[in-house]
Amino acid sequence: MTRYLIRRVLWLVPVLLFVSLITFTLMKLTPGGPWDREKQLPPQVVAELNRRYNLDKPAWEQYLFYMGNVLQGDLGPSYIYQNRSVTTILQQGLPHTASLGALAALLAVCIGIPLGIVAALRQNSGVDYAALFFATLGASVPSFVLAFILIIVFALNLRLVPTSGWGKPNQYILPVVTLALGQAALLTRLTRASVLEVSRQDYMRTARAKGLQEFLVVRRHLLKNALIPVVTILGPILAFLITGSFIVENVFSIPGVGRLFVQGISQRDYSLIMGTTLLYTAVIAVLNLIVDILYGFIDPRITYR
Amino acid sequence: MVLPNTPLPSITVPRVSSPSIPPRTSRGLWKDAWRRLLRNRLALVSFSYVVLISLAAILADVLAPYDPARLFPGLSYAPPSPAHWLGTDDVGRDVLSRLLHGARISLSVGIFVQLIILVIGSLVGGIAGYFGGRVENLLMRATDVFYAFPDLLFVIIIMTAIGPSIFNIFLAIALVNWVNLARLVRAQLLSLRERDFVLAARALGAPGQRILTRHLLPNALGPMIVTLMFGIPQTMFTEAALSFIGLGVRPPTASWGTMIERGNQAIFSAPHMVLFPGIAISLTMLAFNFLGDCLRDALDPQTTR
Repeated sequence: MTRYLIRRVLWLVPVLLFVSLITFTLMKLTPGGPWDREKQLPPQVVAELNRRYNLDKPAWEQYLFYMGNVLQGDLGPSYIYQNRSVTTILQQGLPHTASLGALAALLAVCIGIPLGIVAALRQNSGVDYAALFFATLGASVPSFVLAFILIIVFALNLRLVPTSGWGKPNQYILPVVTLALGQAALLTRLTRASVLEVSRQDYMRTARAKGLQEFLVVRRHLLKNALIPVVTILGPILAFLITGSFIVENVFSIPGVGRLFVQGISQRDYSLIMGTTLLYTAVIAVLNLIVDILYGFIDPRITYR
Repeated sequence: MVLPNTPLPSITVPRVSSPSIPPRTSRGLWKDAWRRLLRNRLALVSFSYVVLISLAAILADVLAPYDPARLFPGLSYAPPSPAHWLGTDDVGRDVLSRLLHGARISLSVGIFVQLIILVIGSLVGGIAGYFGGRVENLLMRATDVFYAFPDLLFVIIIMTAIGPSIFNIFLAIALVNWVNLARLVRAQLLSLRERDFVLAARALGAPGQRILTRHLLPNALGPMIVTLMFGIPQTMFTEAALSFIGLGVRPPTASWGTMIERGNQAIFSAPHMVLFPGIAISLTMLAFNFLGDCLRDALDPQTTR
């Protein structure tokens, strides 16, 4: 177990190195620079800025310099937001993105898992078909389209919630619902498939044959086994909700990391883009690691090598 | 049941040819799947819709009432009317015409990206799964690195580096999303390699190439097709998301994503600008998702319908 953990954490190092290298190379290939403004800056100013941000050095030197700083937790200065480092910018944005993602994950779990279980237990019933329809529809409506529908109905016509903004509790509702629905659909589908798969197993027939109460059959034999694969998908789901929220953040003007990333892209803020990418990669890797470890705890059949 | 030592009754069994039970003809996997697919009403509806929307895209030049780039001065943000069935956009272009032409972009992105993924994914996964050993290790480590990247972020970074054009969109999305198929192909080959029928073929002296083309590939094809089918709506979403943050096809070319992005600016005064492309993309993604579902059921030999 310990050896497995150490190996998994060490594997993160080459992954992050590769990701940073690929991102850095792509950023260098990108046309246009951070000093492109409506009004052309004087060449001396550009030269001075380049020197200050080390952009006059060869690319490999810039990369090594940057990675050296990253190791000390310094993601470099932002090119666009003067006098603020990327580390502080991300520190300010991350809580919003993380709370949005976590709330959406919670909502998705609360909708998806019960719905999937009920649908599978009543297979081919009206509830099942309704759940399946929801599962397919939820996976098919893009988040920005859903956001518009929700804004038009609940904010403009019914005036129940504000159209955008962030901070007050009622401003959380629309973004969280928008973000959660697709993943709730995915969870419904997965839970349903998993419960159906387990209910076909021989040990289910044995449990019923020995006269166990239906409630206990479902709880002890069915759900306990069926929810194992569902738990493993929670890591990727949470990772997706945190790293994939930039559209929702843009639509609802939420000052999170995703919105910063989109701004960074449009303004060629290399260090902000690099910082966001590294942060997100680390978030995804760590969440996957946690789930893999959890997997071993809830499924005794798994042994780590 | 025939008891031992009892002589078999010597009666000739007459051939029964009842009209209600048609004779079972050859039932290969594909024939079987096709038959099941045709029986599924949902599959038929989805398939007809996909054919219809593809025809609309191909015949957009003929079907569209106006040139999609033609401006109608003084008709900005006009709601639906007999002259403009779905209204006009912010600069007075006909929404219906743009919707029909936009279908070309959305559908071609969805389909061509999957074709590129098919090539990359089956090559990488196939080589890794067939040869094994060092080659496999190297290729799978590479896919692990790609897997660690936050998908959409990576697509966005590549797009900013190579610039917005339809071919670059194909390339960027495919470069990021081939990993799943490669993993699937490898896993399929690994599990199929150990199966009894492959062992039997090998024992009969079949050469490696014949085993690959006659036994391994046909059996891996079903899951691959299902994965690619589910990939189409995901790719359409990615294209729309790219357009949504301004990295899609260049104006004045219409795509459903860019139309929604334009409508985003005027959601309060002209909701039809978002509504119609939103419905179009959601319905099309829904149809492909249903089709993927039905294909998976149809290709699963365990379903008995």
